[in-house]
Amino acid sequence: MRYSALSLLRNAFSGHQKWPQAWRKPHPKPFYSVVIVGGGGHGLATAFHLARDYGIRDIAVVEKGWIGSGNAGRNTTIIRSNYLLPGNIPFYELSMKLWERQEADLDFNTMVSQRGVLNLYHSDAQRDGYARRGNAMRLHGVDAELLDEAQVRAMAPFLDFDNARFPIRGGLLQKRGGTARHDAVVWGYARAADRLGVDIIENCEVTGLVREGGNITGVETTRGAIFAGKTALAVAGNTSRVASMAGLRLPIESHALQAFVSEGVKPLIPGVITFGAGHFYVSQSDKGGLVFGGDIDGYNSYAQRGNLPVIRDVCEGGMALMPMIGRIRLLRHWGGIMDMTMDGSPIIDKTPLPGLFLNAGWCYGGFKATPASGLCFAHLLATGAPHAAARDYRLDRFARGAVIDEKGQGAQPNLH
Amino acid sequence: MLIPCPFCGPRDAAEFTYRGDAAPVRPADDAGEAAFADYVYLRDNPRGEITELWYHRAGCNGWLVVTRNTATHEIAAARLAAAPVPAPIRETAE
Ligand SMILES: Cc1cc2nc3c(=O)[nH]c(=O)nc-3n(C[C@H](O)[C@H](O)[C@H](O)COP(=O)(O)OP(=O)(O)OC[C@H]3O[C@@H](n4cnc5c(N)ncnc54)[C@H](O)[C@@H]3O)c2cc1C
Ligand SMILES: [Zn+2]
Repeated sequence: MRYSALSLLRNAFSGHQKWPQAWRKPHPKPFYSVVIVGGGGHGLATAFHLARDYGIRDIAVVEKGWIGSGNAGRNTTIIRSNYLLPGNIPFYELSMKLWERQEADLDFNTMVSQRGVLNLYHSDAQRDGYARRGNAMRLHGVDAELLDEAQVRAMAPFLDFDNARFPIRGGLLQKRGGTARHDAVVWGYARAADRLGVDIIENCEVTGLVREGGNITGVETTRGAIFAGKTALAVAGNTSRVASMAGLRLPIESHALQAFVSEGVKPLIPGVITFGAGHFYVSQSDKGGLVFGGDIDGYNSYAQRGNLPVIRDVCEGGMALMPMIGRIRLLRHWGGIMDMTMDGSPIIDKTPLPGLFLNAGWCYGGFKATPASGLCFAHLLATGAPHAAARDYRLDRFARGAVIDEKGQGAQPNLH
Repeated sequence: MLIPCPFCGPRDAAEFTYRGDAAPVRPADDAGEAAFADYVYLRDNPRGEITELWYHRAGCNGWLVVTRNTATHEIAAARLAAAPVPAPIRETAE
């Protein structure tokens, strides 16, 4: 059934008791052309694009918990394409274009809201850095505007412009950036993929990779073995663990990132605002809660929960930027496990093992990448060749010295 | 998280700077590019016990080797990196 005003009306007459299930709960079949491990945004988007754009219908998405129980349901929902390096900009801009038509593509209200992303600068040097980034974006056809202090004051008068240490001098604005509802993105892709025949198999943990000769020919799971023409990993923070089942070591460390939501308040924050002198960023959900975050915790972790020093650091950043939030109470906070790479950029590639494909390394910024990641990974799985927008996201780029290091931090994942 | 510095005692993790996995060992100068790429970039990234390097920046300035569980954050041991590595316990022959 398509969701429409008519279907809404018809279901209103039956008291909304007769809406069909959004996706089936199938039993795993013994064999699929493609088995995707991981039912987060990236795994589900990959299944959707494989089925819709490349005509492969014989697909399973295997998820150890429920879909969206990983980072897809834990992130702070920011979407943007304000990158600096040529390896990244076309990919994230492709993703932004896919966000712009996602609701029509999926027949689902994913609440994509292009409310703008504003990165504040606090010094002349930082302004020059942002001008450079904005110019790089515009050279690639991405929207970017450099604002001065007066323009930022008009947008967000409540910021602490005259802060003694970190006065606000202006900002770089991407108006097309914004937020989307993360759960709806998961459900939308799941429903659209299911309608194209994809089997979404929840509560099914991959415990081993089946090897025949040098090839990977399927997965061992808690619900039995499932054989596959191609096995595709999209397990985010658990990438090293699953890859180690095939003896692969990767340029990845797992780190915890926390997120915070305050009690609901009246409309206050226009768009997304990031502090340029510390790590703090904030937006406001449609329910009114301030959604904010900062740095990763900084040491290897699989715990899905964070520690107090980062909470303090994030709150200090918030107080430096908008002291009024000191009066607002924190409602809840949580953590997710990031697959941090050695250069801070992702990997969409074949692996040295035939039959095994890798989508990983999304660090703390993979939500915005979800649509393009799905499209590019599907392209790789279907054609055997990288998609033009993801051609630099190769696994061997580290050994080749072709890293894509936006921050220029070097091989230190906790600093990206 | 409290890190038991052998010199300063148990101290807030915020006093320390994290370097990462202590397992990779710098290869010999002539070991070749593949060995160096492995050393610089590839990690085991275990879920469970790991030994890692922490620098006590706001304390004694010592580098520590900490044995920690990445799933629970529980710390089993910490020693100064400069201290001799404890010899494995062997059965002593009569
Ligand atoms: C607190 C926080 C804030 C963030 N904020 C943003 C943001 O504002 N903007 C942005 O762009 N990005 C953000 N991110 C990053 C983004 O959420 C991730 O990069 C992205 O969600 C990762 O891709 P995914 O959705 O496929 O991952 P996940 O949803 O984690 O999917 C991976 C799935 O694999 C499953 N899995 C793991 N192991 C196995 C196994 N052995 N067998 C079967 N299944 C398995 C997991 O259960 C999980 O569901 C944030 C992340 C966090 C934690
Ligand atoms: Zn000390």
